[in-house]
Amino acid sequence: MVEIPIPKVTLNSAIAAANAPALPLIEISELSLFYGTTQALKNISLTIGHKVVTAFIGPSGCGKSTLLRCLNRMNDLIDNVRIEGFIKIGSQDINSPDVDVIELRKRVGMVFQKSNPFPKSIYENVAYGLRLQGISRKSELDQIVEESLRQAALWDEVKDRMQSSGLGLSGGQQQRLCIARAIAIKPEIILMDEPASALDPIATSRIEELILELKKDFTIVIVTHNMQQAARISDFTAFYYLGELIEFGATSKIFTNPAKRQTEDYVTGRFG
Amino acid sequence: MISKPSIGWIGIRRGHRAKLVEWLVERMVFAVSLVAILMVMLIFVFIGREALPVILGQVNSGFAQQPIPVEQMDRMPPKELQKYLELSPKQYAEMDRETLQVLMELKIESAQAVSGNPDAGVNSAGWRNLLGPRQWNGYTKPEYIWQPVSEIPKYNLVPLIIGSLKVTVVALLFAVPLALGAALYVSQLARPRVREVIKPVIELLAGIPSVVLGFFALIVMASALQRVFGYESRLNALVAGMALGISVIPVVFSIAEDAFTSVPRSYVQAALALGASQWKAAWQVVLPGALPGVFAAVALGFGRAIGETMIVLMASGNASIVSPSLLDSTRTITATIAAELGEVVFGSAHYRILFLIGVLLFVVTFLTNLTADLVMHRLKHKMEGKH
Repeated sequence: MVEIPIPKVTLNSAIAAANAPALPLIEISELSLFYGTTQALKNISLTIGHKVVTAFIGPSGCGKSTLLRCLNRMNDLIDNVRIEGFIKIGSQDINSPDVDVIELRKRVGMVFQKSNPFPKSIYENVAYGLRLQGISRKSELDQIVEESLRQAALWDEVKDRMQSSGLGLSGGQQQRLCIARAIAIKPEIILMDEPASALDPIATSRIEELILELKKDFTIVIVTHNMQQAARISDFTAFYYLGELIEFGATSKIFTNPAKRQTEDYVTGRFG
Repeated sequence: MISKPSIGWIGIRRGHRAKLVEWLVERMVFAVSLVAILMVMLIFVFIGREALPVILGQVNSGFAQQPIPVEQMDRMPPKELQKYLELSPKQYAEMDRETLQVLMELKIESAQAVSGNPDAGVNSAGWRNLLGPRQWNGYTKPEYIWQPVSEIPKYNLVPLIIGSLKVTVVALLFAVPLALGAALYVSQLARPRVREVIKPVIELLAGIPSVVLGFFALIVMASALQRVFGYESRLNALVAGMALGISVIPVVFSIAEDAFTSVPRSYVQAALALGASQWKAAWQVVLPGALPGVFAAVALGFGRAIGETMIVLMASGNASIVSPSLLDSTRTITATIAAELGEVVFGSAHYRILFLIGVLLFVVTFLTNLTADLVMHRLKHKMEGKH
């Protein structure tokens, strides 16, 4: 028996998304990843559509974060990583040699587990990505910074202290600042690696509201350890175990009527 | 009875009885740190005491007094004789009559040597002549001159201060960008295998004895640079500064490298995820994030550069001239102390002035470190959003 309540809105949007045009935004196909000789991801295939929230769940070490990091090629930073299979975003194979990783990362933003604002002012934190793109007109920067902070539901709290350090904010505010920073450059996709795992319940719920809000404009892939969180905010859920994709489907289905025994055991908390 | 929280000795809050070994170790550590502080203070007091008469303006190097004939020696009160011969009471007490007689003769001789020189009565060790220019006899305009062993000794400190600053500035201009660049590269960009080679090699530079570096500068660098730039004096501020720079590089490098490495990786990841190249992340995020540490590195490099002696002694040419050009020979404070203190007359004006410039050096490094520390803390607080 599964007794996790699924909010109505999410259920509806999941159904809507499931019926959305079949043009996928992210297409992962037979992806395997090796750290040296250890295989961390095993033959994963998955497609993600436009403007939906997809949750990656699974026990620690199952490869969900690794897969997330494949999507903006953050794994490039680690030595000895080898990838087989391909990932397409839009129509582009992101691992092909003619892809500019910098351009890719502008399209695929990322929010990390631990909030990591730069030791700069709040304003500069949000403006940094814009400056990287060569935007330097004050009025334009001002406008986008305000817009992004509003979108991240942080504007009212920080508008009077834009020049003070981003590190002076509370944990939840820092994380929303990081989200504002990520959305300022208007990526298509936002990757979130357990964005609320270090926050208290109130800050967490604010982040969750924010994610539902952001779904209107962005495609979001979120890794989470929190089963309820996945149920509350995502349209689709992928369950991984030991580097394998066990089950992928609409969140409502995964949580109420999973096809695999392992999935059911995990989402009901029997192991993990 | 309300029991007070037990605050242990030297402020260690323990809340339980200390074990004997812990107790002993605590006291030993405390004693060692106390001794270190005491040593610093003692050194300063010792140097300061020797320089004090000059600082207070009590030393007069001029020949203002009329020389007293040797025959009058016995008629003079001992106190006056001792003062006339510039001896300390202890020195005076230890001398026999014959030595005193010789000293009196020497006094007359040196007075005769400068008789007729209008500068004979000038007190070179007064503050005005230590720091201000003076038109000495035979010169066409007022000048800053350090000539401590001429008939009329001239102790102007300005040439030495300028010499030290010139060489230090050249060294820092040369070393700081190189060291910071290398540190940024090694800590952020280099592959592990490259890093494992570069880092120890740069730090090995610190192990080269400064006399060897000085030798290298004197023989190899001086000739090579002269061939390239074609200037006149082979040993000059540029050569000395660059050689000094080589000894400063490892100091700045290892502190800056530590500072860069301790910038959280998450900053770099955030920057990369926003579409920064590795270089931009290093330059725009890691460098500003490590600014307090970089500041400390530069301050320490400055201290090393201004205090280094052997390299400048060998490679600067040691001419105490006031000149804005880096291509003229120059003489630093440290080289002056090293070269002259061994041969100076104990307790003389020259002796005391050498201690005075030692004090000057001490004060300058102390103030630099203090300022650097203050700036560092302010930067850190600003960065962390504290006020």
